[in-house]
Amino acid sequence: MEFGTFLVQCLNALQYGLLLFLVASGLTLIFGIMGVINLAHGSFYMIGAYMAYALAPFVAKWTGGGFFATLAVGLVLSVALGYVLEWAFYSFLYEREHLQQVLMTYGLILVFEELRSILVGNDVHGVKAPDWLAGSIPLGDLMTYPVYRLFISAVCVALAAAMYLVLTRTRLGMMIRAGATNREMVQSLGVDIQFLYRVVFAAGVALAVFAGMIAAPVSSVYPGMGSQVLIICFVVVVIGGIGSVRGALFAALLIGLVDTFGKVVFPHAAGVLVYVMMALILLWKPDGLFKAG
Amino acid sequence: MKSNTLNRLKRLALASAVGLAVGVAAGPAAAQQKLKVGLMLPYTGTFAALGNAIENGFRLAVSENGGRLGGREVEYFKVDDESDPAKATDNANKLIKRDQVDVLVGTVHSGVQMGLAKAANDNNVLLIVPNAGAGAVTGPMCSTNIYRSSFSNWQPGYAMGEVVAKRGHKNVVTITWKYAAGDESVGGFKEAFEKGGGKIVKELSLPFPNVEFQALLTEIASLKPDAVYTFFAGGGAVKFVKDYDAAGLRKTIPLYGAGFLTDGTLEAQGASAEGLLTTLHYADGIDNPREKAFRAGYAKAFPSAPAPDVYAVQGYDAGQMLATAMAATKGDAKKFDVIHAELSKATIDSPRGKFTLSKSGNPVQDMYLREVKGKENRVVGIASKALSDPSRGCKL
Repeated sequence: MEFGTFLVQCLNALQYGLLLFLVASGLTLIFGIMGVINLAHGSFYMIGAYMAYALAPFVAKWTGGGFFATLAVGLVLSVALGYVLEWAFYSFLYEREHLQQVLMTYGLILVFEELRSILVGNDVHGVKAPDWLAGSIPLGDLMTYPVYRLFISAVCVALAAAMYLVLTRTRLGMMIRAGATNREMVQSLGVDIQFLYRVVFAAGVALAVFAGMIAAPVSSVYPGMGSQVLIICFVVVVIGGIGSVRGALFAALLIGLVDTFGKVVFPHAAGVLVYVMMALILLWKPDGLFKAG
Repeated sequence: MKSNTLNRLKRLALASAVGLAVGVAAGPAAAQQKLKVGLMLPYTGTFAALGNAIENGFRLAVSENGGRLGGREVEYFKVDDESDPAKATDNANKLIKRDQVDVLVGTVHSGVQMGLAKAANDNNVLLIVPNAGAGAVTGPMCSTNIYRSSFSNWQPGYAMGEVVAKRGHKNVVTITWKYAAGDESVGGFKEAFEKGGGKIVKELSLPFPNVEFQALLTEIASLKPDAVYTFFAGGGAVKFVKDYDAAGLRKTIPLYGAGFLTDGTLEAQGASAEGLLTTLHYADGIDNPREKAFRAGYAKAFPSAPAPDVYAVQGYDAGQMLATAMAATKGDAKKFDVIHAELSKATIDSPRGKFTLSKSGNPVQDMYLREVKGKENRVVGIASKALSDPSRGCKL
């Protein structure tokens, strides 16, 4: 491999890893802090992508805004969706067994898929990136790199930093972390834990929806896209350590690296490399790389 | 969903009313038993639209025969196969054992097809395949009771191999999903391309249905081939074509593909697909009278359905093939020897152009070379005339 190609592949790995982090961060929040196995996380990603496609014409008509106005509207809707879902379904799951959580959230996947089929149909759709991000910069003599992909990476970095600051440096973050460690104790200190969980869940859903919306121009919008990201999201969360945002970032970057170079260097084993790595890491550290604490 | 069910109910009510009226009018003369046709197609999920198009096409062919095949009135039984290979055998048995159908028509997904074909062979039931291109069905599994109205995965690939070699490309990289359809398509391409003096520099693949192409696109750029051949379909096809364009490769390394790369995906691919060349047994603008009549008939019979596509044509031809077979046996769906002899010499007058069937039951047909113009796959010529699948492993 030439050095130039190697550098481009590193960029690919970084870019894929950051996108993975964006999708998985919401899952690690909900899974790690609230203790709910949320199989419907992939569906929220799918909902985001379909929002980017389906809301755009309405947003353009009402506000005259483009991609970013759609993004803002989608975010508001997703927070509302998360809030309502927590109230209607998830709040009953905290004390239940994992099996019941899996059953209900799997049911939600089916409901969301069917709703998608009824409302938007089964066709594949494309979403346009905003014009000023639609260009690409030359890399070497043959390739160009789409500016929008670099933009996604920048957004992911900013988001990772923001999440880290909120969780470690703010009062809200402190309460969230305390609630994860000992729910009853926090409650007895006069914190409305129910409201807090509702906020965390809404934020988790919003993160997934945001990831779907922002990835839509590069990933396209198609049925079943949610289930594809779900598995790799769980791999990120498990490798990183359940509930650890820092671990999720690290794991996502590691997976990006292994996946990218695996496809090129060991093409015939590309499908299993990531999972082999997960198995090895779990043998070495059964709780993942960074245990939440 | 609800209106769909309602529509289906209405259609059913109408059909039974008409059937009743005809039955009364014909009286005791039509004492012959009905021909039970079992449709095993995807009616939900990603391939639902394909299943509906195939059924519509099939029904159109039957109704053009006056609703009768080989003198027997046709009665339909339907099972949704959900494109789930794990349920293939159970679903096939619902039609074979429970409904006791005389003929099976299905399906779209190659994995489901393997289960269906095995069930048809085990129970000695006539099967017509209206889409799935799995080579094995008309290869090792071939039999006098299995016929296909669509294509084999090998065919578009082989045709494109000839085209790319003739266009003077010497070094080509292939890229596809690592699964049967992708391997068979690339295999066909390789066979023809190497015969034409070309060389495959590298065969790239990624696990199905992974769509993270960036690493492999970088690899293509570093290999600097003369051209790239690819097999992708559906969402993966959309993303690949857009990523290929965004990586700046479309301008420097021409991309060629099996027709599914640009079928039903052009809306989403937009300008990234403009000018792409693909091969398939059907195209926009074939423009023969047969095609025009088919389109008009389809629009009249199914006013609310989308315009007919390659899947509707395959369903229609499955109906035509069954009509030919039943005419030869006077409605007996068990005389496989007679059916095989008849279909081996028959010419099917398809909207795609006339085709015959090979000994293994696969269409011997022209492969069109198509170019993406606007939102259509316009025909630019014939890539390979009367191309026949080698049907390796078939002993017929």
